[in-house]
Amino acid sequence: MQMKKDIQQSIDQLLFNSPTIDKVGVEERVARFQTRSIKGDSKLQALKMALNMIDLTTLEGKDSPGKVQQMCYKAMHLHDELPNLPTVAAVCVYPSMVKIAKSALLNSKVNVASVSTAFPSGQAPLAVKLADTTFAVNEGADEIDMVISRGKFLAGEYSFVFDEIAAIKDACGNARLKVILETGELLTLDNVRKASDLAILAGADFIKTSTGKIQPAATMQVTYTMLMAIKDYYEATGKMIGMKPAGGISTSKLALHYLVMVKEVLGNAWLSNEWFRFGASSLANDVLMQLMKAETGVYQSPDYFSID
Amino acid sequence: MSRLEIVKTYKIYIGGQFPRTESGRYYSPVNKEGKVLGNICLSSRKDVRNAVVAARKAVGSWSERSAFNRGQILYRIAEMLEGRKAQFVEELQFQGSSKQAAESEVNLAIDRIVYYAGWCDKYQVIVSSVNPVASSHFNFSVAEPMGVVGIIAPENSSLIGLVSLVLPVICGGNTVVVLASEKLPLCAVTFAEVLHSSDVPGGVINILTGSTDEMAPTLSTHMDVNALVYGGSDPLKLKEIQENAVLNVKRVFAYSTDWKKADAQGLHYISDVQEIKTIWHPIENVGGATSNY
Amino acid sequence: MATNKNIPEVEWEYAPSLEGTSHIQLKKKYDLFIGGKWVKPSSGKYFQSINPANEEVLAEVAYGSEKDVDIAVKAARKAYNEVWSIMPAAERAKYIYRIARLMQERARELAVIETLDGGKTIREARDIDVPLACNHFFYYAGWADKLEYAFPNRKVESLGVAGQIIPWNFPLLMAAWKIAPALAAGNTVVLKPAETTSLTALKLAEIIEAAGLPAGVVNIVTGYGDTGAAIVNHSDVNKIAFTGSTNVGKIIQKALAGTSKKLTLELGGKSANIIFDDAPIDQAVEGIVNGIFFNQGHVCCAGSRLFVQENVAEKVIAKLKERLKTLYVGNPLDKNTDIGAINSKEQLATITKYLEIGKQEGAEMYQPACTIPAKGFYCPPTLFTNVAQSNRIAQEEIFGPVLTIQTFRTIDEVIQKANNSPYGLAAGVWTEKGARIFNMANQLNAGVIWANTYNKFDPTSPFGGYKESGFGREGGVHGLAAYVKFV
Repeated sequence: MQMKKDIQQSIDQLLFNSPTIDKVGVEERVARFQTRSIKGDSKLQALKMALNMIDLTTLEGKDSPGKVQQMCYKAMHLHDELPNLPTVAAVCVYPSMVKIAKSALLNSKVNVASVSTAFPSGQAPLAVKLADTTFAVNEGADEIDMVISRGKFLAGEYSFVFDEIAAIKDACGNARLKVILETGELLTLDNVRKASDLAILAGADFIKTSTGKIQPAATMQVTYTMLMAIKDYYEATGKMIGMKPAGGISTSKLALHYLVMVKEVLGNAWLSNEWFRFGASSLANDVLMQLMKAETGVYQSPDYFSID
Repeated sequence: MSRLEIVKTYKIYIGGQFPRTESGRYYSPVNKEGKVLGNICLSSRKDVRNAVVAARKAVGSWSERSAFNRGQILYRIAEMLEGRKAQFVEELQFQGSSKQAAESEVNLAIDRIVYYAGWCDKYQVIVSSVNPVASSHFNFSVAEPMGVVGIIAPENSSLIGLVSLVLPVICGGNTVVVLASEKLPLCAVTFAEVLHSSDVPGGVINILTGSTDEMAPTLSTHMDVNALVYGGSDPLKLKEIQENAVLNVKRVFAYSTDWKKADAQGLHYISDVQEIKTIWHPIENVGGATSNY
Repeated sequence: MATNKNIPEVEWEYAPSLEGTSHIQLKKKYDLFIGGKWVKPSSGKYFQSINPANEEVLAEVAYGSEKDVDIAVKAARKAYNEVWSIMPAAERAKYIYRIARLMQERARELAVIETLDGGKTIREARDIDVPLACNHFFYYAGWADKLEYAFPNRKVESLGVAGQIIPWNFPLLMAAWKIAPALAAGNTVVLKPAETTSLTALKLAEIIEAAGLPAGVVNIVTGYGDTGAAIVNHSDVNKIAFTGSTNVGKIIQKALAGTSKKLTLELGGKSANIIFDDAPIDQAVEGIVNGIFFNQGHVCCAGSRLFVQENVAEKVIAKLKERLKTLYVGNPLDKNTDIGAINSKEQLATITKYLEIGKQEGAEMYQPACTIPAKGFYCPPTLFTNVAQSNRIAQEEIFGPVLTIQTFRTIDEVIQKANNSPYGLAAGVWTEKGARIFNMANQLNAGVIWANTYNKFDPTSPFGGYKESGFGREGGVHGLAAYVKFV
């Protein structure tokens, strides 16, 4: 505990060392990833990889057990017409749906991720957030997607945010912790970088862009900035941190751009669902249509792909 | 018995000092009546070198002064010249001008200095630009002095030619090494005295007298001179200077005009000896966040 | 714990993605474009233009002689006297707009030929060279009937016949930089492309033909240095515009001494790229990469001298080395290639010579592991550390993908070192401190200052050097001055 205290005292100092970000430069770099041309087998491999990295997500007030069960079925049977398809990485649901998802996914490799900490706003006391997390873990969640207190972060109360993440991490037990920065509310890439460094230092297993409830959600610029934070941390410590862009990635083409970016920034080692995820609900079908097109040579219609 | 007159010794002007030429040589040009104008320094290659060193040393502080301050200093030259008008008129007459011509030349020189004093803080706004590039960058171009400029003053003019060539160059923040008219050197040295008693920092204007043929090759080949202004009228000399300039890609400007004309002045005499520097910087576009709940 | 990686690493590599060449029409043999016609060279001689990526012959190109240059200048003079100088400026503008549009329509073809002929990557040819070239015509077209606004209180006239000699690093773009302002100001043109990269200029001639530009307004005379010399020395040329090496620039400046020909020179450089400790470090690393490895470093304003503040030097160099590993060197036609072919065997030999010099001078060389095609001319991206200001590799223009790295402690030191060069083309400054940017921009003796960016170009933005990097500006309103006389 004393060690953590020391870390806390030096948080301001650590964040002071976060590099500044030039947004126009980031846009140029990102544009370069988008010029990469992915063709043939390289594309097929990437599309299957992308499917396997998806956190199939439903996070709505009107979610029902039935809907969650259907989504879990889809998670395991993406498109049975196509042979040798992977499953998605996980399904992502509210804590109240964890148990339902867990039993629906029994005997599969698909994980259950639960949002927590008063998702999506995070506007609740720490005790509530801890209870929320502990509940999800006890229900069987393999992964916890928490939100940071953006208001505190923007107010410069970095230690508060740090402590909160560290406390949630403790509450996660064996579940892996994804820390959602909600970059759409952080406004600047400098803040995104600071928040990334903060989350990583506080114990995040993954850092994640967005709740999906705020626009803009994941962008390549924001994701690039977070990937660079992961890279710098890896270079300094040898420890890998995962990355999850969420929201707004709905086409195969965009997903391929993200994979190119991960490969060129972090390397092939990050190209598995152990270290990279897409938080998306409609991406899977677009990827499936692309794979089906490759298989049949015919352009596809969404009507032939289930929308669970 | 009449009083014996004191004859003025004309010295050269380097780095705000009035040394004699390091060579110890002098020459004695004569006027139309065959009367000796004076003992004038026959400057050497080393004097040219010393003058360039002094000019280089002065570039930084002169170019970094505020434009407004340069304007004030130039205006001060005009004030000082006005105060010593009679001496210039006398010298011009001694060198062969009529009294009327001499008076109007000095008046014009004063007015021309005032004209360029006024340009100091205005030329930039006319020659600079903001360039609307297609990418997300702020891009602008500004004029900057070239640095050390060598000036070969017109042979047939003692004052107005010198003033017309020197003023626009220093107005733009350059420093100069001037080779005065070989035949008509008196006003050049007296002008140096005016400069010395005004607020022009030492080294900004350096004036050498002597043989243009001897000094011009040294000046035009000097690797630390950025540009040359040729006010002479000899095409062969100009060609030689242009060839010498190649050594370090000096910019060479040749003007032949009647400097006594009221309109023999203008912005381009300033802007010719300016470099255009273009600066880029990204423009960040932040924001666009909206809430969906 | 070294790593908590516990699963096998996937192998995911980009499959080759070659730009198609089937739609490219190249003639076997190209004649000279003079007076609106394709004419055979008087000597009957042709030379080969090869693809530096695989050493295959692309086409034969006419070797223009002094006699051909004379014919071309006469054609240009005739077009100037009889058509172009008396045409209403607004009409002149419309011709130039038309060229811009036709170039846009044939953009892909131009890009592919640029890549085949010069070795630059298709990505750069497609995304940078060709669009910029089109935009340059589009920009200057609009100036044609607005010249009186460009030079306040002065009356301007066109010069007459402009002789233009361009280099091999941006063949089409340099042709556009030269031709567009010349035409807009009312001049006619005799242009000589570099001998290794004539093809896009000849394609531009086809476009000019298709645009219906009056015969003789633009003449393209291909050939070697002697062809260029014939243009420089022709008595009826009013203006010479040259882009190339400082050595040749000096020969031209000397040749023009004592003549009334107007001259602009865009010459070599050894530009400093300066990284302060408070810079946006990751973007600075990208800026370093873009500064020196853009177009294989065949860029006069390449940021070839890197200065890094010593307290971040280790970090920056480590990041730079990491970044170099992700650059793809290889077939320029592959859309994923980052560094294409060196333009010619001779240039590769020059670069290789400097690599040897660097090692002999005691500098430490770093090249990432990368596979290089067996045929063609290639050089991996190269860094030199432990470099002294006095080393030849830090003083002389290498014109290849070779970066020298020096460190500095204080701002005064880096300004001195950056300016300590006969050149003065460009400089880069990376810092978050606005006041320091303005100070640096002021102190650095260079015609272009890129602050927190590098190697950006735009038709509206004047480009050109201080000192031995040449004189005159290309681009923007200042670029017009090179093609008018004041009356």
